Amino acid sequence: MSTLEISPVRQGFRDGIPIAMGYFAVAFSLGIIAKKAELSMFEGFISSFFTRASAGEYGVYSLLAAGTTYAEIIGISLIANLRYLLMSASLSQKFAESTSLFKRIVVAFCITDEVFGISIAYPGKLVPSYTYSAALVSTFFWALGTAGGILAGDVLPANIVSALSVALYGMFLAIIIPPAQKDRKIGWAVLASFVISGICAVFPYMCQLGSGIRIILLTILISAFFAWLKPIKSQEV
Amino acid sequence: MNTIICILLMILVTNCIRILPVTLIRKRITNPFLCSFLYYVPYVTLSVMTFPAILTATSNVYVGCLALLLGALAAWRGWGLFPVAILCCVVVYCCEYFLV
Repeated sequence: MSTLEISPVRQGFRDGIPIAMGYFAVAFSLGIIAKKAELSMFEGFISSFFTRASAGEYGVYSLLAAGTTYAEIIGISLIANLRYLLMSASLSQKFAESTSLFKRIVVAFCITDEVFGISIAYPGKLVPSYTYSAALVSTFFWALGTAGGILAGDVLPANIVSALSVALYGMFLAIIIPPAQKDRKIGWAVLASFVISGICAVFPYMCQLGSGIRIILLTILISAFFAWLKPIKSQEV
Repeated sequence: MNTIICILLMILVTNCIRILPVTLIRKRITNPFLCSFLYYVPYVTLSVMTFPAILTATSNVYVGCLALLLGALAAWRGWGLFPVAILCCVVVYCCEYFLV
């Protein structure tokens, strides 16, 4: 991670900008689906602002467009977002002991794949103001993108959308690679994850699972395997 | 079927999943296996989300592959979040510009 001289709020804002960019592009395409589900711009904005879950929202809007039941909405929201359960459990260990329950809940409310990623990467204990600031700027653009997609789905040129859509992955690389360099154990885990995930995406049966389920299964299996093979010493946490 | 109720259900369920673990786990976990497990979770889950999804995010697998390699190299050299993200975008934009 870069400088520590600037305040967590400003650092969060700065790190939130590439997330916001990627979100805007992804949410734009989400808006196109939301439009098919006959959501108004306002509904799309509010719905995205408070949910902030790409796969989950994609599932729900598709179901809404096709006609659905309340049980299906609950089911898809549970399955597509189950990984947040793991992320939240992992974050619970990064809080300073003195952090109030209220702050813990607000931070948990902020969790998305990306905001979780940068919160974990922030040096030392978790600083709630850093997470809030990154979440606020990125969430705003996530909601704005959804509303934009509903308003004008096919205005943004395809090559711009295509280019913006890798921004999030670029950021993930910047989060996982420096620790993988410093700690050989993480390096092996990252490498194994890439290989196994790649294999599973083309392997019969495994590739038929939705990507949400595959991510959860692989995260649990690979993390448990490494926890067993290469347990950490307590001072490393 | 009411759209508004569906949206409210989605908001409720999604955020309950986020909030539940931090409300239940307030103490430091001492079990070595669980500690190690939670230590690996962030890196494993982000890796699994990045690959192979980055390959299919663009119009062409090779373009995605190049973005991955150059992005990984830049991150290895110590570039920050924003520079690596921008680099990947520029790589994809340029490649697609010359390919199409």
